[in-house]
Amino acid sequence: MRLAILSDIHANREAMDAVLSRLAAQRIDRIVLLGDIVGYGADPAYCLERAEALLDDGAIGILGNHDAAVTGPLDDLNSAARAAIEWTRRQLSPQHLTVLGRLAASHREADLMLVHASARAPLAWTYIVDADAAERCLRATEARITIVGHVHVPALWRLISAGTATRHQPHSGQEIPLSASQNWLAVMGSVGQPRDGVTAAAYGILDTRARSVTFARVPYDHFEAARKIRQAGLPSSLAERLLQGR
Amino acid sequence: MARMRVQTGASLDGFVIGEKLHQGGMAEIWDVTKAGIDVPLVMKVPLILDGDDPTMIVSFEQEMMILPRLSGPHVPRCFGVGDFASQPYVVMERIAGESLLSRFKAAPLPLDEVVDLGARMATALVSLHGQDVVHLDLKPSNIMLRAPGGEAVFIDFGLSRHLRLPDLLAEEFRIPMGTAPYIAPEQVLKLREEPRSDIFALGVLLYALATGKRPFGNPKHTTKALIRRLYEKPTPPRLLRKEIPGYLQEIILRCIEVKPEQRYPTARQLAFDLRHPEHVTLTERATRKPAGRLTNFLAGRFWNAGSAPIAGTDSYRHASTAPIIMVAVDLSSEGTALMEPIQSLTATLLESRPLARLACVNVLKTARIGLDTLTEADGSSIHVKRLVELKNWAAGMRLPP
Repeated sequence: MRLAILSDIHANREAMDAVLSRLAAQRIDRIVLLGDIVGYGADPAYCLERAEALLDDGAIGILGNHDAAVTGPLDDLNSAARAAIEWTRRQLSPQHLTVLGRLAASHREADLMLVHASARAPLAWTYIVDADAAERCLRATEARITIVGHVHVPALWRLISAGTATRHQPHSGQEIPLSASQNWLAVMGSVGQPRDGVTAAAYGILDTRARSVTFARVPYDHFEAARKIRQAGLPSSLAERLLQGR
Repeated sequence: MARMRVQTGASLDGFVIGEKLHQGGMAEIWDVTKAGIDVPLVMKVPLILDGDDPTMIVSFEQEMMILPRLSGPHVPRCFGVGDFASQPYVVMERIAGESLLSRFKAAPLPLDEVVDLGARMATALVSLHGQDVVHLDLKPSNIMLRAPGGEAVFIDFGLSRHLRLPDLLAEEFRIPMGTAPYIAPEQVLKLREEPRSDIFALGVLLYALATGKRPFGNPKHTTKALIRRLYEKPTPPRLLRKEIPGYLQEIILRCIEVKPEQRYPTARQLAFDLRHPEHVTLTERATRKPAGRLTNFLAGRFWNAGSAPIAGTDSYRHASTAPIIMVAVDLSSEGTALMEPIQSLTATLLESRPLARLACVNVLKTARIGLDTLTEADGSSIHVKRLVELKNWAAGMRLPP
């Protein structure tokens, strides 16, 4: 089965559309929305509507911290993110909120664990940014393959039973086999707000039969997405990030 | 791990198992056949016993990952890999021909043969490195000479590294990975992403084929013994066999420089030099006198004083950092006006790419039909004249050799 993984769309319509139209030309069995459909970007309503259609078609929906903040507390967010969520709340209808209600904290299937931040306490929103965090996540699940987002910088971690977690910097477009003797943790890049210095939208393909993962990129009109953020009166730093991919 | 199901007469994923061809310490090799495949095949099966060192398993996985991704005449073609959960194996083409081991045992060899073998191995390395794979365990038993053409074919990718895929062996071993006589200094420091490590091993092979002696002997495989590799300067090969030409000593000693950046930047440049001895720029290496015990002792003391000669090297990435820059030169009188701007642009390009090589080309008009007059009326060769003019053109830039 080939899963397409879209993490951290962040209300970026142009990026989401670009990834989905790229995927339309490929054989994909199931789509995974790995959390943070909203927050930061200028099109939360549109992105939730597309997400709803995907969920109706059988997509897996995972809850992100920004999704949770729309109806929950804002304490853990920085000021720009908080301003964006307050703005987002005003854009959404009750119907949009039901879409957020369909997102699960995590999803476990066969050898696979899908969660937005970390398999260890999914709703604690920890970031997998070092070997310790990666190891804690990998040891928290029996699944051989764990897929997360949240960090906005692609990375692939592996762990063998005795050792510590080791990081691999994935090359975009390279299909990477996930050997059976190790446990793997793929940190997907962000569709709608990449932070690795590349402006193109990031997504991933997981092939469960071939046991492989591919980190992929697709360029989109990030100038337009940035323009809309400014036009909406959202913090201009959020527009700047899209232009720099930082 | 499931029990071994590999035995003569058994069938595994459509492969019918024949005789056992080889029993090694890490794996066994079986003769296999499969309907629809008319290439002679072998199946390599790891010896995995319960409670074994996991590194052996991981090394086999690394080979299962790399081999199917390789192609070309310099690697065995892969025909299938086994499911790791039930029975891991790799099925590959059986290479007709012998390994380099028999020639290695016959060393010192005629120098023509040494250079020819070196060029064939370097050519194979060009193909391997071009596919983003570093072998990291080149030695006589891992190099086959394919019959009848004699192309070098690399086998056993258990310690190799695919530069675009995760290194399953990273941090897996406590002692450096490789084979003691051939291991490069940076491998001793557990660096596993340097293509020039293979150039080092090839240099060790050339040294041994030319002199009959290994440049660093056959040390114990311990970190303590191998650490000498970080400073040791071997006896120049010409002192062991005086008919070795200066250019060959230059090539060999450049391959086995301690610092990767002082070796050949690419296998392609090494292959070129082995095929074109007249192009080898001779340096101090060509006439080097023995590094006495004192020098090695002092180098060791110096190293021990804490100034390791290798501190994270910038690995080259194939043609992008060491390209060949081709300049089409107009030698006619109309071309003179453009000469300086082109020379200046070329010099700027070469400055930004210090590992680059410059190739100057010029078109020599020849008759399509009939005999060419390649000599002028006075008997001098037109071809040679053009080469001299091109050399003169390039000399105008005052480039370093």
